[in-house]
Parts: sequence; structure tokens; C-alpha cells
Amino acid sequence: MDAIILQILNGLDKGSAYALIALGLTLIFGTLGVVNFAHGALFMIGAFCAVTLQKILSASYTVIDPSQTDFLGRPLEVSKPYLEAWLGPDLGGGIIEWSVPLAILFAIPVMLILGYVMERGLIKHFYRRPHADQILVTFGLAIVLQEVIKHFFGANPIPTPAPPAFAGSLDFGVWLGFDPNAIIYPYWRTVYFLFSLVIIGAVFSFLQFTTFGMVVRAGMADRETVGLLGINIDRRFTIMFGIAAAVAGIAGVMYTPINSPNYHMGMDFLVLSFVVVVVGGMGSLPGAVLAGFLLGIVESFASMNEVKNILPGIDQIIIYLIAIAILLTRPRGLMGRKGVMEE
Amino acid sequence: MFGLEKKDAALLLIVAVVTLCAPILLNPFPAGSEMAQFNAGYPDLMQRFAIYGIFAIGFNILFGLTGYLSFGHAAFLGVGSYSAVWMFKLLSMNIIPGIILSVIVAGLFSLVIGFISLRRSGIYFSILTLAFAQMSYNLAYSVLTPITNGETGLQLSLNDPRVLDAARTTGSLPVTTLFGAEMRSATSVQFGVWEWQFSTGFYVSAVLMLLALYLAIRIFRSPFGIMLRAVKSNQNRMSYTGLNVRPYTLAAFVISGMYAGLAGGLLAAMDPLAGAERMQWTASGEVVIMTILGGAGTLLGPIIGAGFIKYFENIFSKINDNVLHDWFAFLPDGLNDFVVTVIAPFFGDGWNLTMGLMFMAVVIFLPGGLVDGARRIGRLFRRKPAGAKRPDAATKPAE
Amino acid sequence: MGILEVKGVNKRFGGLQALGNVNLSVAENTVHAIIGPNGAGKSTLLNVLVGKLIPDSGTVTFDGQSVLGRKPHEINQMGISRVFQTPEIFGDLTVMENVLIPCFAKRDGSFRLHAFEQVANESLIIETAEQMLIDVNMQDKRHMHAGNLSRGDKRRLEMAMCLVQQPRLLLLDEPTAGMARADTNNTIDLLKEIKAKRDITMAIIEHDMHVVFSLAERITVLAQGTPLVEDIPSRIKGHPKVQEAYLGTTAHA
Repeated sequence: MDAIILQILNGLDKGSAYALIALGLTLIFGTLGVVNFAHGALFMIGAFCAVTLQKILSASYTVIDPSQTDFLGRPLEVSKPYLEAWLGPDLGGGIIEWSVPLAILFAIPVMLILGYVMERGLIKHFYRRPHADQILVTFGLAIVLQEVIKHFFGANPIPTPAPPAFAGSLDFGVWLGFDPNAIIYPYWRTVYFLFSLVIIGAVFSFLQFTTFGMVVRAGMADRETVGLLGINIDRRFTIMFGIAAAVAGIAGVMYTPINSPNYHMGMDFLVLSFVVVVVGGMGSLPGAVLAGFLLGIVESFASMNEVKNILPGIDQIIIYLIAIAILLTRPRGLMGRKGVMEE
Repeated sequence: MFGLEKKDAALLLIVAVVTLCAPILLNPFPAGSEMAQFNAGYPDLMQRFAIYGIFAIGFNILFGLTGYLSFGHAAFLGVGSYSAVWMFKLLSMNIIPGIILSVIVAGLFSLVIGFISLRRSGIYFSILTLAFAQMSYNLAYSVLTPITNGETGLQLSLNDPRVLDAARTTGSLPVTTLFGAEMRSATSVQFGVWEWQFSTGFYVSAVLMLLALYLAIRIFRSPFGIMLRAVKSNQNRMSYTGLNVRPYTLAAFVISGMYAGLAGGLLAAMDPLAGAERMQWTASGEVVIMTILGGAGTLLGPIIGAGFIKYFENIFSKINDNVLHDWFAFLPDGLNDFVVTVIAPFFGDGWNLTMGLMFMAVVIFLPGGLVDGARRIGRLFRRKPAGAKRPDAATKPAE
Repeated sequence: MGILEVKGVNKRFGGLQALGNVNLSVAENTVHAIIGPNGAGKSTLLNVLVGKLIPDSGTVTFDGQSVLGRKPHEINQMGISRVFQTPEIFGDLTVMENVLIPCFAKRDGSFRLHAFEQVANESLIIETAEQMLIDVNMQDKRHMHAGNLSRGDKRRLEMAMCLVQQPRLLLLDEPTAGMARADTNNTIDLLKEIKAKRDITMAIIEHDMHVVFSLAERITVLAQGTPLVEDIPSRIKGHPKVQEAYLGTTAHA
């Protein structure tokens, strides 16, 4: 029993990332009718926003610390972050340690602007082109974005730790009456999961309870009619694209402590997120979220040793197998609507 | 000639002459000169031109004619490589059995994947093929290690049985041959300041590429080719004409899978090892880029695209900051540094960035690819002199 | 016994009875029009005829064989060709290639890899296709891309593609919808010509009374999903029930 709960928990953090990326992907499908192969790159850019902020905050100068000596007995040169010098070691150091959560504030405007520029500068011209062209141009863009990041940050993963307050693990099992240490779950993963729930909730309530969201939902259902009502649907869709980019971006920011970001993480997540969208049903927001968590958990179960002993290698392919099975039996996915992306 | 129309026969003949003279044509700069680094006429690179040309020609039969965008074709290339290496390990270092097996295995593999993937079209088809390719890649890395040798990749070893070859007594690994002619052997010819290398491996690949092109021309011009273009144009009308669409798309898928298998087998024949990274989806993306860049749906486009990508990949990767500083040495120091800093990201390791930008530019501005671009430029130049005769030309189609 | 027999067909969409006990018999070698006001169930009936919709009850047979649940290409292989409301042609191919495709398509529907071997009777096939283009007066446009044709020419091409298969039944779904009067008249002439030249059964679903009365030999009037009257054109004109269906009860007096 405790093993099962542990696997479910383990699946949640990856599932959260899948769900957040897939949410943005399907939002873009549904509103703009565009297949965005660059969405994984947006996730990656978000992660590198965190890296950038960490670098900026910990910008340092070297001082000679007479109290410490190196092995030759000379005073040691230590690098001291400007922030600590200005704000004192407690506040300055604290800010540096909290750079990942702070990066959300930094990433949101960056991603909104990037999304806006992408949509107006590129995607807009591809609304009437075939899906194959959309895939190709966004695929090219994804390559460009990841190479730019590689140029500035190098090819190696860059560790970006979570604030020390979240460094430990939660002994989740004790809460449920299991033995201590039966179910250990890192604090940061708990934070990531809760955070993704908040974001998903925010996106849904934004679409559900604001006039803007209502127009967007109406536009997803029937773009032409909404256009005929004299509502400028294109402008709203542009903003929607920015929001989808921001969701992917902050999903990337918060993911950095779980996996050190590297330049090709976007591509790795993109393929799986597409599978998630297809399983959930193109254009279905609840479907994307449901499928994201479901596949994250299934993947985690498949990587249990007990399962792997029976079906070796199943953890590597389970998600693809599910996607193939779903596509063949329920072409619209778990919760897909009729007429979305059908030929 | 060979059952081709005059225009196509001429095209094939020109490609054949250019390909067979490639070792000379691709080495325009004298050996040892400053510009020699831009020469492409060495065997390793020319082989890649021909092999990736085959890969792209095959991909074009599927994508260019039917419009089905597969994102998993690298899987067939990888399967072809593994099959060929196994043949070299078990049977013989002669490349013929290896290449035949790689085409057959890739054909069977694509039959299975195509049969399932072609139940859906459009974006769903792309994602299904992507899923299958990623699955193959993951499996090759993990569970299938006994067959694929996992991360290390499948290699020859001295203990391999090689039942058809005579037992070897020397301690070195055998090399791939075609009835005794070693693939890696090359004849160097000095002609004035130039140096040309004629290698067996390149000529084997080149002849197979010409054969591949010939078959592609036959397919393009045949009733079967018309059917495939009809699939792209209007599937609804096709089924209301009494045609079941699936066998046609499946046939195109299997043919292009076999082309990929041939390319994979040849890669292994030139350098007998096979790794899983050949199956990764970025490798599938590469053949898509080659085809689109050259011109999807055209006969020459894929070959040009493959040559273009492989050439610039090779050249760009060699150019580092020092080379750039040399180029702009005529500029004042500060400006020199500035220029080099600005353009350096696009060279050396930055080749992928340049390729991505180039690819985007082609998709945005020139959806017909380089072949279409050349046509447009040709028309631009021809317009003026042809102006007087124009009425003539306009009535011609009406005859 | 007609070549196309519809018996007791019912189709419901939720609370809407789209087709209610439809009986229809199209006799061989006649032009049979199905007319009716908007929402009478014409399109639903057509979709049932081509196997796209499966009715809740009832049978549809063509030449004694049921068409229900068959795929479009199987229905075509039985000898039914269809002309769409907006012409469905191969826009990226030339006019000649458009006509060649149905010529290459075998009636048994089997797949042939005509890539390397010669097509049987190739010269005969090409001759047939060229003759067809002459019949619809498009021989001078055969090298044009079909997508660049005018709307009227697209319609002609689509008909040529259907006729070259020598179907036993030609289904026409509002063949003149959205056409200018001149184009409409041309289409009527074309259909008349076709009818005069060969033995063919046509079922036309049409809005335009001018077209219906110029062509049809028998007319079925559909209203609210049920056939109201079926008769020859002269007796449909001025039939009180038809006037009622089109103009409402007030016109009855």
C-alpha cells in the first residue's frame, strides 16, 4: 500500500510538468488552431529565466578575507555577492537562496513578451498555412531557441537549488499512519505539485469567470461567429498565446530544482507533452490536465522494479504505448471535442 | 531511355555525370591552399552526400507526394544500420548481404508501423510516427541491449563468427568490402595543383543513389505516383472514386521506409557500427529539413537539400574564432573583434543555430525550397528576352 | 422494382425526427429529383444513400444489395458516383490527370502498384479520358491545374470524372448551388446531353425549381422528413400539398 502511494506521489511532479505544458499546448491548438512545436522550448526558456536570475543575484566581486588562509598561509580571496554587501549577509543571502521562486516574477513578463512577439511576428502568418507548415516552422524555431540558450549557457546542466527551507523531505507516511520513512517525499516536489494545481486553477477560473475568458472559450468553439459579433478575437488570442507561454515558462522555472536545466530539456518534454495532449484530446483543457497527471503516475508505476522484472523496458515505452492505443481506439482522446484538428 | 521521358532521362543523366565526377567537381580549390578547407571532395563527406541523398529521396516519396509528414523515419535508418552490422558480424564482410537485409528489415518494420500509423492522418499521423520512433530509440537503449549493444553501439569484434569469410589470423578488425574491393580504399590522383580522391565507398554509394533516383523518377511519373498526389490533393474525392486510400499510402510509407533502410545499411557499410542516436527524433527532423530545404515534391530537391545540409554542417563546424579573425583581418582591431563576436555564434558549434534559422526562412519565404527558388530566379532572368514571344508561350498549353 | 430502393427509413437526431418512414424508388434510366423546403431532410437522406449515416431502421438497396454501412469507395464500386455541392476535384493535379484517376481505378477496387510495369490497355485508357474531356468540352484545358479552373469548369470536370466510370447511378447534390444563371443553364444542358448520350440513372437533390423542372422525369417532394408526393413534373406543379409545404397553410385557400 505504502509503495503504491509513493509511486503516485513520484508520478505527480512529472505529471505536473506534463499537465502545465500540455495545458498551454492545447490552449494554443484550441484558440489559434496552431500546432506549436516550440512549446517545449518555452518551458526550457522559463527554466533558464531562473538560471539567469540566480546568476544576476549572485553577481560577485572578490575580496581578500584576512581571517581565512589558503594552504600556503596567505589570506584567501573569496568572492562576495554584491547583494550580501549591500543588504547584509542575512537579507542578501536570503534573496539569493530564494532565487528560484523569485524567478517567477522575472519569468512572467519575459514569457509574456516572448509569447507576444512569437505570435505577432511568426505564428500569425501561419494560421492559414497547412498544419505541416506550422509544425515545421515552430520546429525550426525550437531549434533556434535551444541553440541560442546553448550559446549563452553552455551544454552542461546548471544546478539551481531550491531555497534551503525546502531542502529536506516530508515524511508523508507518518501522516497516513504508516511507519516513519515509509513514504518520503521531498518538500520541493510537494511545492511543485501544489504550485501546478494553483496555476491550473488560475487558468481555469480565468477562462471560466472573466469576460475575456468567455470570449476565448466562445472563440474556441466557433471562431467565425464570434468574429461576426464584432469582437476582435485575434487580439484576445494573441494574449492567450502569451498566457500559454507564461504558464510553460513558470512551469520551467519551478522545475529547475527537480532537474538541473540543460538546453535540450525542452525537446525532451515536448515530445511527451504532445503525447499527453493527444491522449487527453486535442483542444480539451481538462483532458490535458487529466492525461498529464495520469501519464506521469503511470510512468512512475512502470519504473517500479516489480513491474520491470515482469516486463523489462516497459518504463521506457509505456507512455508511447498508451498514446498509440488511445489514438487508435479513441481518436479524439480521452476528452476530445468533435472537429478539433480532424481532417 | 530506361522507360523515362526525354526530360527525365536528361535529368538523370546530368545527375549521374555530376555525381560520378563529384571527386573532381567538389575539389575546386588547389590542395594546400587557403581555400582548400572549403573543398568537399573527400570520401567521407561525399559518401554522406550520397547516403543522406537516398534517405531524403525516399522520405520525399512519402511526404512530397502524399503530404503525410512522418517524424519517425530515422527509426528505419537505425534499423537498417543494425541489420547490416549484424550481417557483417555473422555472415560476411561483403556489403551485399548486409544491405539486402537492411532494406528487407526496414521494409517489414515500416510495414508494421505504417499499418498502424496510417489509420490516422494529419498531425495525429505525425505524432504516431514520432511515438513509434521514440519507442524504438528507448528500447534500443535499454531492453534490446543484447541486439543493439545499448549506449556503446553495435560494433564488430574479432570473435564474430562471419561464417562465409575465411578465418582471419591477423589481430586487426576486418573491413567492409564489395567482393574484395575495400570500401575505405581510395586512389589519390595529383593533377597540377589539384588532388583528387576516388574511393570505392563513394562510388558504391553514388551508384546506389542514382538507382534510388531512377526508381523515384519512375514512381513520380507512373499512375501510382498520380494516385499518391491525388491522396495529398483530395482524399474525399479519391474514396468516392472507388479507391481505398490506405493501400496507396501504406505502399508509399513502406517504399520510403526501405529507402531509409538502404541508407542505414550503407552508413554501416562505410563505417561498420550502429548506435541508437541514429534513431532519435532529431535525426528524423533532419531528413524533414533536408527535404523541405531542397524542395518537397520535386525530384532533385531532396538530393540538393541533403548535400546542402551535410556540406554546411561540415564546413561550418570547422570554422572557429581563429579562422574568423583571419577572415576579417583587414578590419581595424576593435571592429574585427566586434564582427567576430557577432557572427561567431553562427559558426563552429553554432551550426545548428544557422541551420534552424535557414530552415525557418525557407518555410516562411520559400515553401517550395531551393529548387523552387532557383526556378523563380530563372524566370526572373528569362522574363525580358522571352517577353516578345510571350503570346506564343501562352497558347502552347491549349494545343 | 427500381434500381435504388429506400424502404421505411427512419433517422432521429436527439429529439428531431430527421427522416420519418421514407420510401423511395428510383427507376432505372430515369432522372429522379428529390426536392423540398429547407430542413426537409434532403441532406440527411443523401447521407443515408451514400452510407455516411446509418438509419435507425429501414433498408436502402442498390440493385438488390444493401448499401448501409459500406465505405464510400465500396459504394462507388457498386456503381454509384456522386457529385458534390462544391465540386470535389484534385486541385493540385492537371485536368487530364483528374480524369485519368477514375480511369485507372478498377471497378473491383483492388490496389495496384502501377509504378514499374505497364498499365494494361494504357492507350485505351488515355483515349477514353481524352474522349471524356471532349464530351464535356474541356479538351483545350487538359494541361491546366484543376484548382485554377472557374467554378463552372470545376463542376464540368467533376461530372466528367464521375461519368468516365460509367456509373449506373449518378447522385447529384445541388449541382447548381451558388451558380450564376448562365452557368446553371450550361449545367442543365450538360446533364441533358449526358442523359441523351448514355443509359444512366440520376438522382438529383435540388433547391432550384428551374433545374428540377428542366431535367426531372419524376419528382419526390420531401417535407419534414417524410415524402409528401411522388409524381411526374407536370402534376407536381400546382399540386396543393406541395404548395402547402413550400408556402405554408395560408396559401392553401
